[in-house]
Amino acid sequence: MKVLRFLLEKEFRQIFRDPAILRILFVVPVMQLLILPFAADYEVKNVKICIVDYDRSPSSQRLAHKITSTEYFTLVDFTDSYDQALKRVENNQADLILQIPADFERNLIRENSSSLFMAINAVNGVKANLGGAYLRSIIQDFNHELQLEWIQLPRQNIQPTISVAGINWYNPLMNYKIFMVPGILVLLVTIVGSFLSALNIVSEKEKGTLEQINVTPIRKHEFILGKMIPFWILGLVVLSIGLFISWAVYDIVPVGSFVTIYIFSAIYLISVLGLGLLVSTFASTQQQALLLSFFLLIIFVLLSGLFTSTDSMPPWAQLFTRVNPISYFIEVMRMIILKGSGLYEIRSHMYSIALFGVILNALAIWNYRKRS
Amino acid sequence: MKSISVQHLTKRFGSFVAVDNITFDVNPGEIFGFLGANGAGKTTAMRMLCGLSMPSSGEATVAGFDLYKEAEKIKRSIGYMSQKFSLYEDLTIRENIRLYGGIYGLSIPTIKTKTDQLVTALKLEDKANTLVRSLPLGWRQKLAFSVAMIHDPKIVFLDEPTGGVDPITRREFWTMIFEAASRGTTVFVTTHYMDEAEYCNRVSIMVDGGIEAMGTPEELKKKYTSNSIAEMFLQLARKAKRSDD
Repeated sequence: MKVLRFLLEKEFRQIFRDPAILRILFVVPVMQLLILPFAADYEVKNVKICIVDYDRSPSSQRLAHKITSTEYFTLVDFTDSYDQALKRVENNQADLILQIPADFERNLIRENSSSLFMAINAVNGVKANLGGAYLRSIIQDFNHELQLEWIQLPRQNIQPTISVAGINWYNPLMNYKIFMVPGILVLLVTIVGSFLSALNIVSEKEKGTLEQINVTPIRKHEFILGKMIPFWILGLVVLSIGLFISWAVYDIVPVGSFVTIYIFSAIYLISVLGLGLLVSTFASTQQQALLLSFFLLIIFVLLSGLFTSTDSMPPWAQLFTRVNPISYFIEVMRMIILKGSGLYEIRSHMYSIALFGVILNALAIWNYRKRS
Repeated sequence: MKSISVQHLTKRFGSFVAVDNITFDVNPGEIFGFLGANGAGKTTAMRMLCGLSMPSSGEATVAGFDLYKEAEKIKRSIGYMSQKFSLYEDLTIRENIRLYGGIYGLSIPTIKTKTDQLVTALKLEDKANTLVRSLPLGWRQKLAFSVAMIHDPKIVFLDEPTGGVDPITRREFWTMIFEAASRGTTVFVTTHYMDEAEYCNRVSIMVDGGIEAMGTPEELKKKYTSNSIAEMFLQLARKAKRSDD
């Protein structure tokens, strides 16, 4: 194990001399944590709406006013031509059209009912869905107001109403950032663990320095540990920087303990380092390594539950999330930071991630050859 | 005992036979020149003997150890300098020497004295703490040779060590090779400079993956009735069907 000391010495010297690595270590976490939680937000705001009012009555005006006074909608056009509104949708200036028919108010008074027409630009499914739902709930609200005003309330209400009171556990204000930040911390640790370590080893292949190492009596495990330990430490450093930024910028202090976070991260890093090592045994140029890591990372991230809930994925994709280390870590991070889960609660995740670590590293070591 | 002993060694990459059934011996303390045109298979043969590449068939022992079963023992007994400069350019001269000294299991005091000796011998005292990146090619090659010799190996493999190096440095480099040989180290060297071939105790000439001729420079010149190794090399190498890769 004396050799390991010389290898670590060499690796750390190189890391501290490489301005690119240091920049990646500090700039990437800052940028990702400052930009992503604000930008990658699922709350849909500023839905652009066109109101086509054929009625021009006090009621229709009032409905229009009610819609535009919320923060969800921006009024693009208030017109009396459906064709013109549709043109705006075609030109991507509007997402939604609400058409109020000519005898909206009269029907409402005479026949006690009236209808509205809603046309949605469904190119962006999420926005269409949410915009439509917001609009429906505003109209329902409007409907309810009218009922209260126009119908004389009997002493006992004929229509039973159920009111629902709710509380949001773990994230009382349903703050999207509190949900996103732990996930982004996971991304950071993963990138350092898999990307950087794979690129580092492959760059030694490219430069030919690895050949010089392979011609020495160095043992496989010495070389692998010499590469893994520095990146394992770097991963934990990036995690610490990330946790600091989440506290300083978002005021997020984990409900659970830091010890739990670090214990799980340490185990997780071993398994993603194994992935990086495995990638490096397959790739012979940095380009190949980068493309391969990129391909894996995109799949792992999109199917990890970072942006979309894994529960709503099709069964085959849910099966995939069971073999996706990132999805375990994201779940665990959210559990510890939001709920305050301890080691006992995350034990099954820990076993799974340790198993990945064993499998990935075994594959990597098996596939690593000093002699080609 | 022979320093290197090779019988029927072959390396195939798919249907391409890079090294075709070569057989030769190298004696201890000998400077053995391994000549051949580009693509003749010299580097592949050398990489097999260093345990970097797995032979497809054939037998070989290096420093008395079997190439298949005792590759790691071979690695303790050999030094290797590849065609491409492969020390760490982002480490200093001292740090490179320390790293390889450490990997070959030298003690820290030994590494220190070796480093001082080596740096003095190379006249690099004032550059010892600068990054290798900033060294000119000639000095890099001399440094790489010294690092390959750091653990006093029984055999040293040099793959075109003087490629692209100026004549003065080339002469100095060969002085280093002679010194190593006089201390008993076997030197296995490939080169494209035919004047260097004349310095070798024995040379072999590879054409299209096979060994076409082998012997002392004098023997070969006599046999092929040429005035120099260069003339003789051209006679043989022109027969090659394989083109430069």
